[in-house]
Amino acid sequence: MLMKKNAPWILVAVMAVWFLGNLRAPKETDFALTEFGRLPLVFNGRFQPMDSLARNSLLQIREKQTINLEPWKEWYEKPVVLPAVNWLATVMMNPEKTDGWPVFRIDHPELIALLKLPAKGKEQQQDGKHFSWNNIQPAIETMEKESKRIGKTEQTSRTPFEQAVMKLHTRLILYMRLKNTLQPQDARDWARELTEFETLIGPGVAAARAQQAGKPFDQAVFDRFLGLMQRFDAMARFEPPLVVPPHHDDRARDEWMRMGDVLIEAARGEKLQPAAKAYASMTSAFRQGRSADFNRAVQDYRASLAPRFSPELTKASREHFFNRMQPFYNSMVIYVLAFLLACFSWFNLSDGLRRSAAGLIVLGFVIHTTGLIFRMWLEGRPPVTNLYSSAIFIGWGAVVLGMVLERFFKDGIGSVVASAVGFISLIIAHHLSQTGDTMEMMRAVLDTNFWLATHVVVVTLGYASTFVAGFLALVYILRGVFTRTLSAETGKALARMVYGIICFATLFSFVGTVLGGIWADQSWGRFWGWDPKENGALIIVLWNVLILHSRMGGMIRERGLMNMAIVGNIVTSWSWFGVNMLGIGLHSYGFMDAAFWWLITFVASQLVIMGLGLLPDRFWASFSGKTVAAKGPAGSAEKTAPLAGKKPTPAQA
Amino acid sequence: MIDTLWKILTSLRLTVTLLAFGILLVFVGTVAQADEGLYTAQLRYFKHWYVFGITMFGKRLPVPLPGGYLIGTLLVLNLVLTYIKRFKFNTRTIGIHLTHIGIILLLVGQLVTDIFSRESQMRFVEGESRSFSDNPMDYELVFLTDADAQNQKVVAIPEARLMREGEVRHPELPFTVSVKSYWKNSEPAFRAPMQQNDPPQASQGISKNFDFRKSAVTAKMEDKNVPATLIELTGPNGSLGTWMASGWSADEVMLTALRRGWERQFGAQLAGKVFSQFTEPQTVEVGGKKYTLALRPERYYLPYSITLLKTTHEIYRGTDIPKNFQSRVRIENPRTSENRETDIFMNNPLRYEGLTYYQYQMGRDEIDAARGTSTLQVVRNPGWLTPYAGCVLVAAGLVFQFLIHLVGFINKRKAGAVKAAA
Repeated sequence: MLMKKNAPWILVAVMAVWFLGNLRAPKETDFALTEFGRLPLVFNGRFQPMDSLARNSLLQIREKQTINLEPWKEWYEKPVVLPAVNWLATVMMNPEKTDGWPVFRIDHPELIALLKLPAKGKEQQQDGKHFSWNNIQPAIETMEKESKRIGKTEQTSRTPFEQAVMKLHTRLILYMRLKNTLQPQDARDWARELTEFETLIGPGVAAARAQQAGKPFDQAVFDRFLGLMQRFDAMARFEPPLVVPPHHDDRARDEWMRMGDVLIEAARGEKLQPAAKAYASMTSAFRQGRSADFNRAVQDYRASLAPRFSPELTKASREHFFNRMQPFYNSMVIYVLAFLLACFSWFNLSDGLRRSAAGLIVLGFVIHTTGLIFRMWLEGRPPVTNLYSSAIFIGWGAVVLGMVLERFFKDGIGSVVASAVGFISLIIAHHLSQTGDTMEMMRAVLDTNFWLATHVVVVTLGYASTFVAGFLALVYILRGVFTRTLSAETGKALARMVYGIICFATLFSFVGTVLGGIWADQSWGRFWGWDPKENGALIIVLWNVLILHSRMGGMIRERGLMNMAIVGNIVTSWSWFGVNMLGIGLHSYGFMDAAFWWLITFVASQLVIMGLGLLPDRFWASFSGKTVAAKGPAGSAEKTAPLAGKKPTPAQA
Repeated sequence: MIDTLWKILTSLRLTVTLLAFGILLVFVGTVAQADEGLYTAQLRYFKHWYVFGITMFGKRLPVPLPGGYLIGTLLVLNLVLTYIKRFKFNTRTIGIHLTHIGIILLLVGQLVTDIFSRESQMRFVEGESRSFSDNPMDYELVFLTDADAQNQKVVAIPEARLMREGEVRHPELPFTVSVKSYWKNSEPAFRAPMQQNDPPQASQGISKNFDFRKSAVTAKMEDKNVPATLIELTGPNGSLGTWMASGWSADEVMLTALRRGWERQFGAQLAGKVFSQFTEPQTVEVGGKKYTLALRPERYYLPYSITLLKTTHEIYRGTDIPKNFQSRVRIENPRTSENRETDIFMNNPLRYEGLTYYQYQMGRDEIDAARGTSTLQVVRNPGWLTPYAGCVLVAAGLVFQFLIHLVGFINKRKAGAVKAAA
């Protein structure tokens, strides 16, 4: 008895321990790569740790945050899987090795055929999806030719094949950038080469001056010096991350530099920056397998940064911690569990299951919220700054609403909706994060915390609440049609929830939309410009208003309300994603083809469920059999739905 | 009859129908933007009484729809009449009243904006002053003549009039202007001396050396329509000749693009010569007075001047993501004897004498890359405050109303719970 009563608590505690257990940093045995992952650099216009660069780059190239070195093996054959930072360290310091690692994910069969990439086969150690630089390299000219041709076409008119080419093109360039971050990509023993370069600077400059003045000069020194300069220039041209902190006192603290530029500066007579030497000793030690030397070099470099750059170091460490915490992924897992438990609770009507689900949702919510706040703190921004964070915030808002409903009604419905919307929106966020850095800097026009905190947050809550109403309606129809668990009482409760949430959604979507207009008026002088994103938000507002007025005028009843709320799902998903796919207007984020098919699928599923919602009562598992006598016209379920346990008497019929 | 109309106009069914049509129109008008362009779609769907023929995903369909004006007007009518019919004051419905008054204010405000607002642009290079702004969409044909040493007299014929073609007379002009043709978009071509087969398009001015071709009107945001017009001037003693005037010579950006093209075609030296021929002012002399004619973006003059002192264009380190666009300007107003400097940047416009100046674009001067250029969006909108007020009213109304519901709901549940416990 005691066990049964406390089971929910125990479950929540177990999951909490599981989450906290993941927070601990893995013990470093050989190379201190976790420590290396904490080093700060500037990329994408912002400070970040090596670890973020590693994860975001790997997400872009391989669509995963880890690298599987043997993708041809099944999971039970235990393929070697490495964390992102191990891959990045090797790319930066020993690229010959990573050139053979199957890291480039290519799905399009025509692109695979074009590049003559190896087919799937265990003996050949190929999985037909992940290819190495060495696989692609022989076809690099073909690749170049195609990408040049496609680069001239308009982005929205590209075929899936052309999009795949361009995607691979970007991935290859990113890989080249990373290879040229710390050393020229063809360096063999960079620390030694750098020392040689330092001793060559004096004679080299002298030779170059003499050559220009038309005086006799040392040809051998001149050639070597010129060769090095060309290598460094090539390095900088790839526009790799900025890893070298400014050592001059007269430069701003955020004027970090690329390694290539630092080397060229040194050749022009500037003192060689200590960071260049520090990284050089890391690369040589790494390549030669001298872990103790590598670890010491990382430590020394950190120590040398500490006096002047401690805020950057701290920020990098924080973000490193955030990366490892993976709050959104973890809460997603917990929401799935909660969703299943809450669904089961309807069938055996066990309050223990329902309470377990509610408890898990609270736990998921705490982690979700922690992640949200941590992210805001890292960025110094309100919660929603891009499409990715809007997904996270929609999930968060929906979970709040679902928990409130559960608190009031205690029937598992709030939990199901909270966990479902929470889970789905986090999955969407997960997929959106695969385009790379999710904490990118804000363009000038968006660079205002005031409007991001008001308009964007409010309108996103409007989206979230419209989805919650729509998902409540899904619960109504699915439970009603397929199960016998939708009693009249539950139906009424659901109708009340949907109505309440739609009121809420109307308020938020309206205020959010108008605030957006006011922002537009503040930033470019027009309140309303019929931009697709604005129109999308307007449609949500109008739709919610239409539902409220139809209900008030008695034009719809319980079932009509449900079906209209489901249309709300379609309308909101259109506004959230659909309008971005039109490729027009100020809010357009570019064409997302995969997302397009998901959107179509989602809309189709909603239409199917609405079709079910229109079925006459006799097709509804919950209504059929009991109420044949009391049946009114379809769509008037509110009037005719039976009360559980109360059989209609002949008189009533 | 009037009774039925009154019933219809004050019915909730009409509200719902209008909302449904509104949603449909917004959806269709949004999708159509991909094919028709934002501006055309706006005019055709939202700023119009009716729509006939819609474009969906590249296909034209012969579907009629009520336009934005019709739906908006009917909604306001519906709301106002319903109020007249049913208004009863009641503390429980204050929220509803506030909300609907806010909506009326928003809709009417947008109507005011639509009628009275005017958007124009002010583009200048660092160091330049402007006491006018240009309308980026519409052109005008102007005749300039020196009034005295400092001032010029300007007679302008707006584009709408030019498009109707035919004769135009003005008391300040000693000749009649007859518009032979007006092309919304055009393309100039140099008449190479050895290859000219056709006679020139006009007898005077640049037509000796240049032909213009009519080209298709573009609806794309990034492309621009540059018009050209063929006119004949007739004085008291008969025809003075025909002229071709084009918007090309009034647009620095297009001109530079044209010049670059010629440089590739003819080499720098000859291109320079062709270019100076192209930009040479076209004039006509009547009764000892010289008139310069030009087709240029419609100009709105201001009683003060704005000087661009400095442009700042910041990007995030190591990227090309813009971080900040900022123009430092000086306002000189002889009427108020103001002479002060101020900054205009993203999300921080300058509001001055009924106009608002927004940072719009920024670049480098095409000829002297050391000098920055800045384009300000200049907006006159007497209704700009209505959305603020409307938003506050609606939000307050909705919050009030929902709070009443929520408190009622919670009390009821509490009472229910107490009853169940008892």
